[in-house]
Amino acid sequence: MRRYLARRLLLLVPVLAGVSVIIFMVLHLSPGDPAEIMLGSQATREDLARLRADLGLNEPLHVQYLKWVGHVVRGDLGRSLWMKRPVLGEVLTRLQATLLLTATALVLSSAAGVALGVAAATRPNSVLDRLSAVASLFGASMPSFWLGIVLMVVFALWLGWLPASGMYAPHGGGDLRDLLSHLILPAVTLAAASVTIVARLTRSAMLETLGQDYVRTARAKGVSDRAVVLRHGLSNALVPIVTVIGVQAGYLLGGAVLTETVFAWPGVGTLMVQGILARDFPLVQGCVLVVALSFVLVNLAVDLLYAWLDPRIRYE
Amino acid sequence: MSDAGVGAAPATALRAADAARRRRAFGRLATRNRLAVLAALVLVAAVLAALLAPWLPLADPDVVDTPNRLRPPLAAGHALGTDEFGRDLLARLVWGARVSLTAGVAAAAAAMLVGVTLGVLGGFYTGWVETVVMRLTDILMAFPYVLLAIAIVAGLGPGLRNAMVAIAIVGFPIYTRLVRGVVLSLREREFVEAARALGASDAVILRRHVLPHLLSPVIVAFSLDVGAKILATAGLSFLGLGTQPPTADWGSMLATGRTFVILSPHVVLLPGLAIFVIVLALNLVGDAVRDVLDPRAATR
Repeated sequence: MRRYLARRLLLLVPVLAGVSVIIFMVLHLSPGDPAEIMLGSQATREDLARLRADLGLNEPLHVQYLKWVGHVVRGDLGRSLWMKRPVLGEVLTRLQATLLLTATALVLSSAAGVALGVAAATRPNSVLDRLSAVASLFGASMPSFWLGIVLMVVFALWLGWLPASGMYAPHGGGDLRDLLSHLILPAVTLAAASVTIVARLTRSAMLETLGQDYVRTARAKGVSDRAVVLRHGLSNALVPIVTVIGVQAGYLLGGAVLTETVFAWPGVGTLMVQGILARDFPLVQGCVLVVALSFVLVNLAVDLLYAWLDPRIRYE
Repeated sequence: MSDAGVGAAPATALRAADAARRRRAFGRLATRNRLAVLAALVLVAAVLAALLAPWLPLADPDVVDTPNRLRPPLAAGHALGTDEFGRDLLARLVWGARVSLTAGVAAAAAAMLVGVTLGVLGGFYTGWVETVVMRLTDILMAFPYVLLAIAIVAGLGPGLRNAMVAIAIVGFPIYTRLVRGVVLSLREREFVEAARALGASDAVILRRHVLPHLLSPVIVAFSLDVGAKILATAGLSFLGLGTQPPTADWGSMLATGRTFVILSPHVVLLPGLAIFVIVLALNLVGDAVRDVLDPRAATR
């Protein structure tokens, strides 16, 4: 396992280098002078020259990149032009909110998806199975931001059961209950599409393992239905299920941007969109970098989880 | 398809038999899968409405009429009501369809073209071409999809064209992976070896023996991808990074209507419903196309 871990960690190096090049290049793609884009057409020549010097824009591109990477490695993501504060602190504060939302959505979608998938696989072609097929089609077709608005209208505005937006109530809130009540709608919105994907994949993985000879043997020996499904079926179907849940983790991390915007959730996504509209390049760069890094780490964690679940992978 | 090898006559006969088989399969599916037929009709209607928008008896989508703002659906003269500036919602939805549908199809087509080209190159030529292509797709796939699209728009500047470019860039690795897998397996097949032994050049092998085999998987992937691309462009427009006012697509209509959701939910519900219905129809048709072109998937 240790050798596997070392190999996976080594493989991270080229991926991270590539990710950093892309993030750096993307914000230098803009036709024209980044300083002018950031400051707008009203900026004076002196302001432009100062910003160019501050950001090192006068140097050749590869020098700019190396300097930027050097700073990033030391934890310096630059200063936000719009907030006049170091980017790293701001992004890390917001990252907590994003991770809370993403993790809650992931737990919701995994638990509901696996339960639904197992139920559908044990009763193929039942009403439940067909309903889950329809739900998965709907899940893949519904814009998440629209679902969020619909949920907000129904549960916050019409029924008044849950708060419509934000992370805490502006007055008198701040406790765990307050946080949870604010978390429900965005987490359900974010999880909705994933639940259906996890459910469909769990169903097909379960159907495959339940058709194996060892399952028939177990049934013939008189093992209870429950034990057959859980011990012989689910535990052997886990590798593909964990794979899809891992993919979903990344998808949720990216998709959180839209959900955060709908519910004014104070995460990295809303910060990044504000940064783009304010043309605050260092801030946007910092947001993308931190989220991409979290994504790479999540993928690494999923890979390690496979190796632990299925020893054959370690020895490949 | 062209498995028969280099001889032209058997290949043509096989192709004709294959086409007939497909027509029969389509016929069977049409009778069995009524839902897909209905979805196809919805799509045809939407495309026709979008194409014919200038000639349809619709109100001007951009004429502001503030005394008549936020009228509910079925109001006099406005079948679907009006928005926050009193503009006719039906007209805006139909004109918005032009933008949303074009953006989805164009972004998916661009992603497909780039992705298929790189996939063919990466699968057919080993060595540095393969390494470069595959590392590039690995790195692009190391980003969350939406996040990278947003970052690219941040670099290029907000706007519909840039949003489409971003979505195409983020979307092509899926095609590259798919196509490379198919090409890798084709490269080792006997008919390719035979063609090479007969002295066929790379271009001929690619055109006559590799590309025809890519048609089915790529059509299936594309038909399911257009819906995803419509959702993605609508998402970027919703964030204010796609279509810029006064032009509207369904995503930006949703974003501006959000402020008025308490008073007039229809301003938000209708554009969202339009996206949902069209993407649902595309997915249903895509599933049916897959059932025809990839019969193994149908039995699963």
